[in-house]
Amino acid sequence: MRVGVITFPGTLDDVDAQRAVRYADGEPVPLWHGDHDLKGVDAVIVPGGFSYGDYLRCGAIARFAPVMQEVIEAANKGMPVLGICNGFQILAEAHLLPGALTRNHKLHFVCRDQWLSVENNTTAWTTRYDAKAEILIPLKSGEGGYQADEDTLKELEDDNRVVFRYVGENPNGSRNNIAGITNARGNVVGLMPHPEHAIDALTGPTDDGLGMFLSLLDTVVKA
Amino acid sequence: MIDTVKNAEATPDQEQPYKELGLKDDEYARIREILGRRPTDAELAMYSVMWSEHCSYKSSKVHLKYFGETTTDEMRSKMLAGIGENAGVVDVGDGWAVTFKVESHNHPSYVEPYQGAATGVGGIVRDILAMGARPLAVMDPLRFGAPDAADTKRVLPGIVAGVGGYGNCLGLPNIGGEVVFDESYQGNPLVNALCVGAMRVEDLHLAHASGTGNKVILYGARTGLDGIGGVSVLASETFDDGAGKRKKLPSVQVGDPFTEKVLIECSLELFEKGLVIGIQDLGGAGLSCATSELASAGDGGMHVYLDRVPLRATGMTPAEILSSESQERMCAVVEPGNVEAFLEVCRKWDVIATEIGEVTDGDRLVITYHDEVVVDVPPRTVAHEGPVYHRPIERPADQDELQANTPDSLERPDDLLELIKIMAASPNLASKKWVTQQYDRYVRGNTVLAQPSDGGMIRIDEETHRGVALSTDCNGRYTKLDPYEGAKLALAEAYRNVAATGATPVAVTNCLNFGSPEDPGVMWQFEQAVKGLADGCAELGIPVTGGNVSFYNQTGTTAILPTPVVGVLGVIDDVRRRIPTGIGAEAGETLLLLGETKAEFGGSEWAHHVHGHLGGLPPKADLGREKLLGQILVAGSRDGMVSAAHDLSEGGLAQALVETCLIGETGARVFLEGDLFTALFSESAGRVLVAVPRTEEQRFTDMCTARALPWRKVGVVDPESNALEIQGLGELSLDELREAWEGTLPALFD
Repeated sequence: MRVGVITFPGTLDDVDAQRAVRYADGEPVPLWHGDHDLKGVDAVIVPGGFSYGDYLRCGAIARFAPVMQEVIEAANKGMPVLGICNGFQILAEAHLLPGALTRNHKLHFVCRDQWLSVENNTTAWTTRYDAKAEILIPLKSGEGGYQADEDTLKELEDDNRVVFRYVGENPNGSRNNIAGITNARGNVVGLMPHPEHAIDALTGPTDDGLGMFLSLLDTVVKA
Repeated sequence: MIDTVKNAEATPDQEQPYKELGLKDDEYARIREILGRRPTDAELAMYSVMWSEHCSYKSSKVHLKYFGETTTDEMRSKMLAGIGENAGVVDVGDGWAVTFKVESHNHPSYVEPYQGAATGVGGIVRDILAMGARPLAVMDPLRFGAPDAADTKRVLPGIVAGVGGYGNCLGLPNIGGEVVFDESYQGNPLVNALCVGAMRVEDLHLAHASGTGNKVILYGARTGLDGIGGVSVLASETFDDGAGKRKKLPSVQVGDPFTEKVLIECSLELFEKGLVIGIQDLGGAGLSCATSELASAGDGGMHVYLDRVPLRATGMTPAEILSSESQERMCAVVEPGNVEAFLEVCRKWDVIATEIGEVTDGDRLVITYHDEVVVDVPPRTVAHEGPVYHRPIERPADQDELQANTPDSLERPDDLLELIKIMAASPNLASKKWVTQQYDRYVRGNTVLAQPSDGGMIRIDEETHRGVALSTDCNGRYTKLDPYEGAKLALAEAYRNVAATGATPVAVTNCLNFGSPEDPGVMWQFEQAVKGLADGCAELGIPVTGGNVSFYNQTGTTAILPTPVVGVLGVIDDVRRRIPTGIGAEAGETLLLLGETKAEFGGSEWAHHVHGHLGGLPPKADLGREKLLGQILVAGSRDGMVSAAHDLSEGGLAQALVETCLIGETGARVFLEGDLFTALFSESAGRVLVAVPRTEEQRFTDMCTARALPWRKVGVVDPESNALEIQGLGELSLDELREAWEGTLPALFD
């Protein structure tokens, strides 16, 4: 399994995403923001950080990067794509996923260990989880409040496209406690919390996040 | 018109605003003597900023020598670079070198909390980068005025957001630090920033410019008008022609963490490709500092073409370009044959890089601006041979009175259970989660321990599991009561905190925050604190590898509590053996208190919080005992005998119990002997609360007994109870304790 991990200037959690791919016995392939091809990878992770500084709306510049044009094309053909934190913001800006991520309702950056419930275990990235499983992984973001119009929210709920929901106190004001969503096809997933920071209880709160990368392994092997 | 050397020679009597730039009459006279003429505006700007207290250490130098005098060869054996370099470097084994340093950014953070704190983080990170290391983590010891004061509500949220905003965007985990409140910091908060980095031993880079013909390359952000402090005096008085009147920018710099992140990755690639001979970050004093320090540490002179510096403002004068403290810039010395490769790497990262000069024969730093010489100086006189002061020193007249006013007569309450809750909720002891949850502690995936643990721990090698632990500490009240003992106590606590994680302490850094050096009483505090810290390090056998001095921390004539923040670095062979702070990791644990408890309440949190009292003598430091305690903890970690450890400090055993239970989300039953008030609230040093698995209890206590470390069984962990029970007093549920401990800061600052 070869998994591309994109680095934009200002990307921070790329080393972590690469480590998570290795923990799942995959081969991480670094992709540079200026690349015009995906080097034959089986899947792509758009990791966390502050692409190009994110002084404009988060992800608003990154969606125009050359490598993102390749990602959009591949995603539309069914390639598994995961956006974590800033990556989720970028996928939303690129319209691979609906809605937008806004400033946390309390206006502070929040870093904490967050309980999530797995709402959809049929996507390319979540098959290893039991339905309604509760997992504990780090959340660390300043603009993680998920917003969408009523029609979009209804569509997401009706089509079972909410993949993760926050359990307990809503940490950032997300509508419907949404922590992560998927596209209609189930190959593209975006979430604000960081599964790549929960792959080993030594350096994270748990290893609950590893399931996402192992799920991908299953998806790629099957394909 | 630009003030050139030629012009300076022709107009020897021209008046210069040296006083406004902070130079004394005799200092100005000395500059004239060194140069054999009056300085140009640009030279005056360089000397004034490089001879400032901040850059030249002119009041502290004579005292700081004591660190060198007390450091033995044995202590120095693991040190690869020490005081005088950008940061100290220590050999931590397996071919790894670790560099770490703390610096202050106090005054800018009071003026502009967000940017002051943000650029404080940025500056210390570049210091670490300039050693050739990848920065790994940051920590921020912060001190504020009264928690309920109106200005604290302005300053604290801004500083915390600045530390977080910069560090989070830079991608460095924040793994510890301090948040302390005391009225003395009301008009002068302390923002100290620590960074730790690692590199292979052979990759150590030192700041020097050697080899005639080598090129000097400035890379990173453009140079602008931000962060020009005193130099604006020159600008407004000499160059304001009325036509192009410019808006004055604030003298606090503005940080751009994205540029710094790119600068880090770009620099590390440059190091990796072997394209750098010498490197220096641009911080305080900007290009003045970088060029004079590089030239002065090398074996030749340097020629800098100032007109080549990329600017972001129009019409900047040479003096302004030299003094600008625009952030996110570095200066490298590169062999001519490598310049193109160097620029190629910078292009990849979209980093602006400009060849601004070269290393020359001879011993002068010559700076030209459009072919006219504006600076021609011996660089050592700028960077290293600044003024040295022997400031008057006098023990304050009221020191005896302060020490005589002991806490012995303070009223002690009957309801000790209630006092445990009151203390847990006091701002200094309360949970700092409101602050630390605004910091990313996970990024880069190597954080093994972070706040609220006693020390932060970072893995430096994923293959061997080698790691380092760090803690910073200082109790300014102790230092006020006895600066010598107080500095030792700060060292003892940081040492103990590192040992409590299972790491072996190996090196010390410091950030010495004091009032005005022109006050003989403050200089006495400073001299005593330096001696206490140096003597303490000699007793522990670990060296001070670097540090920072911040004077003039006062409001009017009232100085802050003397605050020598001490940072201790420890090494652990295998981070998987780290000791957590919370209990409950193993089924069936016994609680042991290591060390001795005496009735020591001088400067205690109880006297401060309940009675507003500061007087008497601080607890006694016993560094021999601390060393033994450290060895026992490290042995306990190595052999898997200790399942949790928490150092006792402010608030005593009561607070340690509350924290270890809440962090571990597990209850405990405690039985104490003797006077319960003393047992619970004394702040005697040299004590650690440990949890040991019942199966290891005999082996562990035998080891303590054999090595003559006093220990006492004080309780058992009780996973079923969800409460802290103290025999003879009653019990407190973990829920009510959590509400007390975690409720205070949100109530104050949300």
